[in-house]
Amino acid sequence: MADKLNQKENFLKGIIKDNPVFVMLLGMCPTLGVTSTAFNGLGMGIATLFVLLMSNIVVSIIKKQIPSKVRIPAFIIIIASFVTIVEMVLEAYIPFLFEQLGIFIPLIVVNCLILGRAEAFASKNNIVSSIVDALGMGIGFTIALTLLGAGREILGSGSLFDFRFVSEDANTFILFILPPGAFIALAYLTYLFNRFTAKTN
Amino acid sequence: MEFILILIAAVFVNNIVLSQFLGICPFFGVSNKVSTSVGMSGAVLFVMTLATLATYLLYEFVLVPSGLDYLRTITFILVIASLVQMVEIVLKKVSPPLYQALGVFLPLITTNCAVLGVAILALGMEDGSLLKAVFFAVANSVGFALALIVFASIRERLELVDLPKGMQGVPINLLVAGLLSLAFLGFTGLV
Repeated sequence: MADKLNQKENFLKGIIKDNPVFVMLLGMCPTLGVTSTAFNGLGMGIATLFVLLMSNIVVSIIKKQIPSKVRIPAFIIIIASFVTIVEMVLEAYIPFLFEQLGIFIPLIVVNCLILGRAEAFASKNNIVSSIVDALGMGIGFTIALTLLGAGREILGSGSLFDFRFVSEDANTFILFILPPGAFIALAYLTYLFNRFTAKTN
Repeated sequence: MEFILILIAAVFVNNIVLSQFLGICPFFGVSNKVSTSVGMSGAVLFVMTLATLATYLLYEFVLVPSGLDYLRTITFILVIASLVQMVEIVLKKVSPPLYQALGVFLPLITTNCAVLGVAILALGMEDGSLLKAVFFAVANSVGFALALIVFASIRERLELVDLPKGMQGVPINLLVAGLLSLAFLGFTGLV
């Protein structure tokens, strides 16, 4: 029972208390770079979730075999292998998303979130906890990216998941789909998140 | 002329941090003091130039001829990781104060997506050559340095400002970065 409760907390911490985007500020490059629409944010979130999950599983299985001196390069190779898989699968089956995400797909390798979880969590915990941790963190990351993408898409293009609710020629805040809008939207979203968590605590 | 265009495009128009969103982690991480941001910019200039040189040669003369270009991501990140280790060892011997100042952030250059990003972007340049790719890396690290140092100077002053509680720290930094990015947006169409 105690173990079960522990897993629940382990899962939830990635979504609220240690949210990778709003609290820990990890993986900021894709967060800002691809979130001009909600769909791109969701796609990036799921791609990252997959890599994070697989790398956490592999690292937690072979953690005893990796000498601690070369653990970082070893983790990076594990992560890079899964990123290559994601890259090839996306190119073959979802070329539209592959083009939209562009350079940010190979750059999942250097997403500090994934290396950070491998180092701080999966290399110290068993496989079940590592899977739960990866799911929590990955879903927290996906939610943050989708929220940011949705906010920017609504304000910038007047649509959500490509569903338009203003007319073609309506004036929208184009600023929000341009680069500065990414910073500004995330600034206010983090502010709201801080307000929200301050209240619930 | 072509090289001047690459320089202006990389530094102002498509600034690597403010409009391409690469290298955001060090941009927020080491920008609380101007002196550390200068050191970080130096380290990035050095690593980025060497990394692009090494990865370009590796890609053109080893990976493509042997049909292994799908291994691009893995090989590039390994080359960059070992380069960073080397820079760390050299810096430790040559300039201990700088090594102390950069501390934890030097190993983090490995996960600095700007370095890997530029190495990959340099492969996709129009009629690219080795010289162009290396120059592209230098230009981008100058752009990185400009953004980082300007941002650090603003942040030094920001510490004296009285802010509402929820806005302190991360949100205000993001907002400042947004305004900075808006300023750089003004260069659009220059090249």
